[in-house]
Amino acid sequence: MSTAEFPTGVAIAGVYEHPSRFSPNKTEFQIMAECAKGALDDAGLAREDVDGLFGASMSMGMMGIVDLAEYLDMRPDYLDGTNIGGSSFVSHVTHAAAAIHAGLCSTALVLYGSTAASNAMAIGTGGTGGSKNPDTAFSAPYGMTTVGSYAMYANLHMNKYGTTSEQLAEIAVTMRQHAGLNPLAKMRTPITIDDVLESRMISRPLHLLDCCIISDGGGAVVVTSLERAKNLKTKPVHLLGCGEAVQHQGVGDSDLLTIAAKQSSLTAMKMAGIKHSDIDFAMVYDSFTITVLATLENLGFCEPGEGGDFVSNGGIGLGGQLPVNPDGGGLSSNHPGMRGIFLVIEAVKQLRGECGDRQVASAEIAIAHGTGGTIGDKHSGATLVLGADR
Amino acid sequence: MSSITHPNPYASWETRGFWEGAGRDQLVLQKCTTCGLVQHRPRGVCAHCLDSRGLEHFVASGRGLIYSYTVTEQNQAKGFVEACPYIMAYVTLDEGPRLLTVIVDCEPDSVGIGMSVIAGFASQERDDGELFAIPVFRLS
Repeated sequence: MSTAEFPTGVAIAGVYEHPSRFSPNKTEFQIMAECAKGALDDAGLAREDVDGLFGASMSMGMMGIVDLAEYLDMRPDYLDGTNIGGSSFVSHVTHAAAAIHAGLCSTALVLYGSTAASNAMAIGTGGTGGSKNPDTAFSAPYGMTTVGSYAMYANLHMNKYGTTSEQLAEIAVTMRQHAGLNPLAKMRTPITIDDVLESRMISRPLHLLDCCIISDGGGAVVVTSLERAKNLKTKPVHLLGCGEAVQHQGVGDSDLLTIAAKQSSLTAMKMAGIKHSDIDFAMVYDSFTITVLATLENLGFCEPGEGGDFVSNGGIGLGGQLPVNPDGGGLSSNHPGMRGIFLVIEAVKQLRGECGDRQVASAEIAIAHGTGGTIGDKHSGATLVLGADR
Repeated sequence: MSSITHPNPYASWETRGFWEGAGRDQLVLQKCTTCGLVQHRPRGVCAHCLDSRGLEHFVASGRGLIYSYTVTEQNQAKGFVEACPYIMAYVTLDEGPRLLTVIVDCEPDSVGIGMSVIAGFASQERDDGELFAIPVFRLS
């Protein structure tokens, strides 16, 4: 087994986004298996070529990755069931690259599947689970919700910088415009800023349309050496940089507005040796509108407090200063609970120039940043910098 | 003092000082006598020394400022669904640490970031003889 330079000797050779947004008769593993086939077909590889298996989902437990290997009847040389929330799959690509670099495997399959919508899961407003769970012992008694955590971030940002609900709403409007160009997107009917502001309040200041949708779905990514990827069916997408980070309440003294994206993107961009102006578009985890604003600031595309202006007047639309989530994101295309894999998939498709009406013009370098958990409490962040094959 | 039915807290030997203190109407925090760190949430060790030997509980002032908050209009969780809208907040205590809590006994529109608050204690009905309570806060 030959080793590859890290990270630039590693590439993404195939991707697949499950077209379904509602799969009431399928299981998570079934969706993951269909995605595995899709991504391997995209790469022109066979299941026998896979010697590294990566995966996570909302219901995979301690032995979940072993269960998944059994379901697929695979016996890979390398297993990684890292679950750091919705950012897991962005992190899996980094871990796969490191394993390929180290010679521990040569071709890795990253898998995700979910039936969150057909299970009628209340992801954002279902509370944080039982108060008898040590992890939630200090949040469940106080009625913490996912959306409530983000709402406290948003309220603090508004108070400190004067960010407005209209500015947040524009993020939702832009995502919906993009979704209108994506035939697979779940919500494609255009919306206005007023539609967002007049939608039901969920947790002040976040309205219903400030929140991502809940869908079923899944995806897969094939990671291999650049050398191997060059000889495959589809143009490789180059891995240029990667980074991970975690942010939390610490001992009760952390700055809530500084999220993991700041640390992980510094690592990733330094590794890639690029400036913000080199980046043609961004894939940003958009669990809520505020997540996008917070992430863009912490990725360094604007100063803290300037996110509201940055996203206004079409700033993150196709043709704007930094197109964000041309697929329509979790706010309008799909959000099966852990959206990170779609950040990678859409970045790859854009860098391969396959995106039709929603194609970012001359897309050569992308940044993808996944957030797992909640930015108003504790969360992980994983960043990738990806480049087109020239 | 709150329309919320707070779920009973999970209390391990690491964290029961906080809930037990609340049962005595006291806001109890941990301090490390070795390095001086005041920490919340409670742990079995000082998070910086990684050692339990200097760790002590002390009664805090119960006073602080609202760091951020949200008026929760939707939460399907038991004990909260009937209480919506309720005010969930982070409070920065005078002793330093920030604490997640709820603000009670006031209208949602009367709350703001930076406002002074003081602790109160919502008692718990339990079936095990423990006298735990939930620290909550009201405007002061």
